[in-house]
Amino acid sequence: MSTLTVFWIFGVIAMLGGLLCITRRSPIGSALWLVVTLFALAAMFVLLDAQFLAALQVLVYAGAIMVLFLFVIMLLNLGRPGPSDIRGTMGIGVAIVLAGVLLFQLRVLGTAAPPEAIALPPGTMAALQQREGIIGSVAGPLFDAYLIPFEIASVLLLAAIVGAVVLAKKRL
Amino acid sequence: MLLGPALAISAVLFTLGVAGVLLRRNVIVIFICVELMLNAVNLTFVALSQHLGVGGQVFVFFVMAVAAAEAAVGLAIILAVYRHQRSVDLQNMRLLKG
Repeated sequence: MSTLTVFWIFGVIAMLGGLLCITRRSPIGSALWLVVTLFALAAMFVLLDAQFLAALQVLVYAGAIMVLFLFVIMLLNLGRPGPSDIRGTMGIGVAIVLAGVLLFQLRVLGTAAPPEAIALPPGTMAALQQREGIIGSVAGPLFDAYLIPFEIASVLLLAAIVGAVVLAKKRL
Repeated sequence: MLLGPALAISAVLFTLGVAGVLLRRNVIVIFICVELMLNAVNLTFVALSQHLGVGGQVFVFFVMAVAAAEAAVGLAIILAVYRHQRSVDLQNMRLLKG
């Protein structure tokens, strides 16, 4: 099987997971179908020469963030199927029309390509990973050119921790 | 070679996320759809990083960090609202409606 075939297989899995995610009645079902999408995306990251990000996708997204979601859903006892929260016929029509317009606008992406002048020659990423290692090729720029955004991200995470603790207090 | 399919799949996933936000009234499901949109953009970043340098992969890190922070604070807000309203349905959150 060629790489392209494998890529499309995982792409179809991701799109089906997304479709089922937005149509399931119970929030638990939505969250679990999103996990399927996240795993398919991790497989696609591997095919796109981003193995370290694929591991992070599974660990951080599927492992940590989705567990947080499931934890809150179970804490609020929303698991049992209640009345559907999908909007009425009017809402469904509006959603389909707006989403269709967006998809129509995004359809050019299927044939898009970066301009020749700035595109790297094919195989550059693979060569970089051969030279610096899979993690090293990402860690180098992260702690060099992107050091200040990295520090700002740490401040953001600290603010999120403090905010979550404050919001979770019994009385605000 | 994989760029076109990756961007097309990313566009479809982003559209599904937008449709989910428009379609549902449960706050948690809307949150899940926002995560779906973030992941669609991540796929675009990774696909383009193959052609435009490793900076795209670094950006996915920051998107993941922001998504984690957003999930923690957003779910804490949802819990606080649930304690107040006993509901996570957007229909019951209309304090600002005139």
